[in-house]
Amino acid sequence: MNPKRLYAVVLRQFYLMRGSLSRVLPLFAWVTVDIVLWGFLTRYLNSVASTGFSFVATLLGAVLLWDFFMRVMQGVTMAFFEDVWSRNFLNFFASPLTIWDYLGGLVASSIATSSVGLAAMLLLAGLVFGLSFAVYGTIFIPFLMILFVFGIALGVMATALVLRLGPASEWFVWPIPALIAPFAGVFYPVSVLPRWMQVVARALPPAYVFESMRAIVMGHSAARWPVLAGAGLALAYLGLGCWIFERTYRYAVRTGLIARYSAESVN
Amino acid sequence: MEKMLLVSELRKNFGAVAAVDGVTFGVGPGEIVGLLGPNGAGKTTTISMILGILEPSGGQIVIEDRSRMNFAAVYAPLPGNLTVTENLRIFGLIYGVEDFPKRLAELLKQFDLEKYRNTKAGLLSSGEQTRLCLAKAMLNKPRLLLLDEPTASLDPAVAREIRAEIKDFAARGQGAVLWTSHNMHEVEEVCDRVLFLSHGKILLEGDPKMLPERHGRKTLEDLFVAVAREPLSL
Repeated sequence: MNPKRLYAVVLRQFYLMRGSLSRVLPLFAWVTVDIVLWGFLTRYLNSVASTGFSFVATLLGAVLLWDFFMRVMQGVTMAFFEDVWSRNFLNFFASPLTIWDYLGGLVASSIATSSVGLAAMLLLAGLVFGLSFAVYGTIFIPFLMILFVFGIALGVMATALVLRLGPASEWFVWPIPALIAPFAGVFYPVSVLPRWMQVVARALPPAYVFESMRAIVMGHSAARWPVLAGAGLALAYLGLGCWIFERTYRYAVRTGLIARYSAESVN
Repeated sequence: MEKMLLVSELRKNFGAVAAVDGVTFGVGPGEIVGLLGPNGAGKTTTISMILGILEPSGGQIVIEDRSRMNFAAVYAPLPGNLTVTENLRIFGLIYGVEDFPKRLAELLKQFDLEKYRNTKAGLLSSGEQTRLCLAKAMLNKPRLLLLDEPTASLDPAVAREIRAEIKDFAARGQGAVLWTSHNMHEVEEVCDRVLFLSHGKILLEGDPKMLPERHGRKTLEDLFVAVAREPLSL
């Protein structure tokens, strides 16, 4: 990976963001709306429930982490779509830029864009709704890291899908987080799911994060192995994502898909 | 002679169709070679394989220094949502250009783009966009320059300027140029040597000024039409 070339990919995203309200606003607008909506809902639930259960720490914390995961994934895919929309593949891939420089640039762009969303959410959830991450302790950092790595992995897989199927297939990418959410136990324990859904959940790194998070809020200490399992799975997905992207790119070069990408000639 | 580009027995099959079928040629330093042929002859497929964005089915491509190769093509405009300077800066980083500010100033002047330096590429006219693509293609002072119909859709005055720039580039240094065009007058004016491609094979090769007479045609255009319509008659 060449740092200058990687920087070129990031710089391209920066130039696009600079002065473009329609690109900057979505970085924090939707996550802010989510936090406001769930913030008031959890506040209301706290007032009507007499159990002493902290809805803010469980539900609002879960929304924040889930939105962060989605922003990371979309950070990769949106940066990729910019090259799809401007038909820039020929210029990029006929240059010394390698696919690893390119992927590295997409990931770095995602770190920058998802950090903006995360900062906005932390600020709002903390200041307005009193969500304190001291509740979770230092384990909050590994939670973020697992979701970050899995978000990158899914983003890379999604870009491979669009590279393979053509520009119109970007619509397959948007619902991916919504399809995963019911299995990941974002808002409820995995134990409430039917058996087959629990099996799927075990293969998803976010399930380990949200289960651990709920355990901490309930006053239990965080077990080490679920966090390790989540981290190991997330890294495995990242490796798989890179492998799929590399294979898809090779296929695209072999069949002429890159050279005639907008034609969607290879199905 | 040392070759900047050497292509041997190059093949590309798309299913049962041979788009490029055993093409062999070389381009030497300071040489401008024209790759001619009707639509679908295999010119762009050949260029795509040299650029590395299409894998050959067979044969060999040897490039003297891949990092010093660049290209401009009518179907590969630079992103229209970035300015001239932004586009050149990004590709300057990708091609590892040293002392970029100096190189940028040289290229903006050379391709008459100074007044558009902060204009988005998508707002430029066709001619200005072509000049921008050529400026990108010259960023790394290429030893091998691939130009796929660089003057298509340009008015004659701008096309003449572009031709002059390319001829000057080849004459000045050690750069080699592989050029495709459908404008036979242009090819005759610019190219030292031409290759006629039809159905993925090279049918004729030689000096564009001598070839028509050698094959009993008045002009290069007549020869082109003959190659396109009746390749077996040659």
